[in-house]
Amino acid sequence: MELHPVQSTGPQETFVLNLGPQHPATHGVLRVKLTMDGEFIKDAVIVAGYVHREHEKMGENRPWDQFLPNTGRIDYLSAMMYTHAYVGAIERACGIEVPPRAEYVRVITSELNRISSHLVWWGAYLLDLGGMTPLLYAFDDREKILDLLEALTGARLTYCYYRVGGLAEDLNEGFVEGTRDFVKEFRPRLKMFRRLVSENIIFRKRVEGIGIIDAEMCRKYGATGPMIRGAGIPYDVRRAEPYSVYPELDFEIPVDPAADSMSRYKVRMEEMEQSLRIIEQCLDRLPDGPVMAKVPRVLKPPEGDFCYATEAARGRFEVRIVSTGKPIAHRVRLRTPCFGNLSLFEEAARGMMLADGIAMMGSLDLVIPDIDR
Amino acid sequence: MSRCPDHLFERFQELFPAMEMDTPAPPEDSVGNEDGADAAEPRLPPPPPCRKTEHAKVGYDLDAIVEPHQIEAAAKLLDAEGFAIDMVTAVDWPDAAQFELVYDFMHFQAATRVCVRTRIPRDRPEIATLSHIYPGANWHERETAEFYGIQFTGHPNPIHLLLPEDFVGYPLRKDFKPQPDPLLEP
Repeated sequence: MELHPVQSTGPQETFVLNLGPQHPATHGVLRVKLTMDGEFIKDAVIVAGYVHREHEKMGENRPWDQFLPNTGRIDYLSAMMYTHAYVGAIERACGIEVPPRAEYVRVITSELNRISSHLVWWGAYLLDLGGMTPLLYAFDDREKILDLLEALTGARLTYCYYRVGGLAEDLNEGFVEGTRDFVKEFRPRLKMFRRLVSENIIFRKRVEGIGIIDAEMCRKYGATGPMIRGAGIPYDVRRAEPYSVYPELDFEIPVDPAADSMSRYKVRMEEMEQSLRIIEQCLDRLPDGPVMAKVPRVLKPPEGDFCYATEAARGRFEVRIVSTGKPIAHRVRLRTPCFGNLSLFEEAARGMMLADGIAMMGSLDLVIPDIDR
Repeated sequence: MSRCPDHLFERFQELFPAMEMDTPAPPEDSVGNEDGADAAEPRLPPPPPCRKTEHAKVGYDLDAIVEPHQIEAAAKLLDAEGFAIDMVTAVDWPDAAQFELVYDFMHFQAATRVCVRTRIPRDRPEIATLSHIYPGANWHERETAEFYGIQFTGHPNPIHLLLPEDFVGYPLRKDFKPQPDPLLEP
């Protein structure tokens, strides 16, 4: 494998290049101030905060359950997993037992959400690299998931379907059949995606050996999700800190030791396959029964600190709540995966060519409101 | 059940023995104890400086309370053990006139989570930075600094991360009052 040289031999003159805040490759309003030495990035400074909304303060000035819709708007592409972490934290604090049917439905909808999120990433990433067609294929399949979830929750993107103690309502008619149909249709499509893109020589030349982010760097920066799995370490919150019904399910954690952009790509592609497996198992085992536990009208978690983490599409999302036993939170801390994943960009991009830097940034799968909150 | 390895627990106990605290630490797991009482009154004896916790109940395996000057030592110990940084944050306790700083660490292989806390006075909020040990702490500390007005001494780049550069005030402090919008209220 041929690596690009990391140092130029040209004259020692640099210039500043602004990437963003309205650049399509930053996937949102993110600005990167690049000091360029010709085609090479000498220094990169991230300027974030353009879509900062102070969610954590909003958590402190309203009753516990009324903050729930906010959590789906942090990373708008994986709203299910985010609401899951927040309701999970309150359930853990209050000791609420969630009925098994609700837990299974949570897992099914979360995994559907993960696939739809990865499809957006897949299409947008290849668009960054110059391929228009995959985006159209990806959104075709994503549309089916959005239709299923829209019929169920009423929302297409910022779902607020989970409640403290269960779900807002039971599955609608046709959801189970619709999901089974989707799983059946999507498997061959995933194979087709692989044939279309993964083996493509132009694509491989752009990503293989580019943007090496090894496990040590992930550890120092707290990067999680496909970043750490793409560096060869099988860390997945669904296994490391088991929650919901994931311990009962049979699935693998895809890893790839190459630690380059290609390995992060491969990990996400394999994750969609595993999500399909999880959905199938849950549909087979879906128990009958209530979808809501008995929950007090006014939530008053006991005093103390409680953490609850879920594996969102981009990595570990964690809610840390500090309660003083009142109906309003004392502190809601949202630990978002993109924050840690992007913070290493400044170090990792140093010495790369600009086009490779874009290829690496795309492989981080950024959602900017997730960083800014 | 705590998944904290014994050697780490013993090392923490040895390094950070029980210490004197001016005001009681936040009471842990005290369900329904003096609900709604004035927080300034001493309520419960301070918790042991280092204890194993049940992951299924609170979400972390080891809860260590250290003194502010010990935070670097704790981070170095966890770094040597192969822990990754999870997050750095603060909690405002105006009644006790203190900021609580919370440092969370996670382990990718052992799946252990460690929570290290310390408390600093509210009128002199200063603590050493960890960004030379964990570069990932850099952003977390910048965020904590701009929202709470806590100074991280030795921080390489102490500027606003998420807030506008001309923003005045510390929004996550409990006594923060937003400035009136000049466009709405002339």
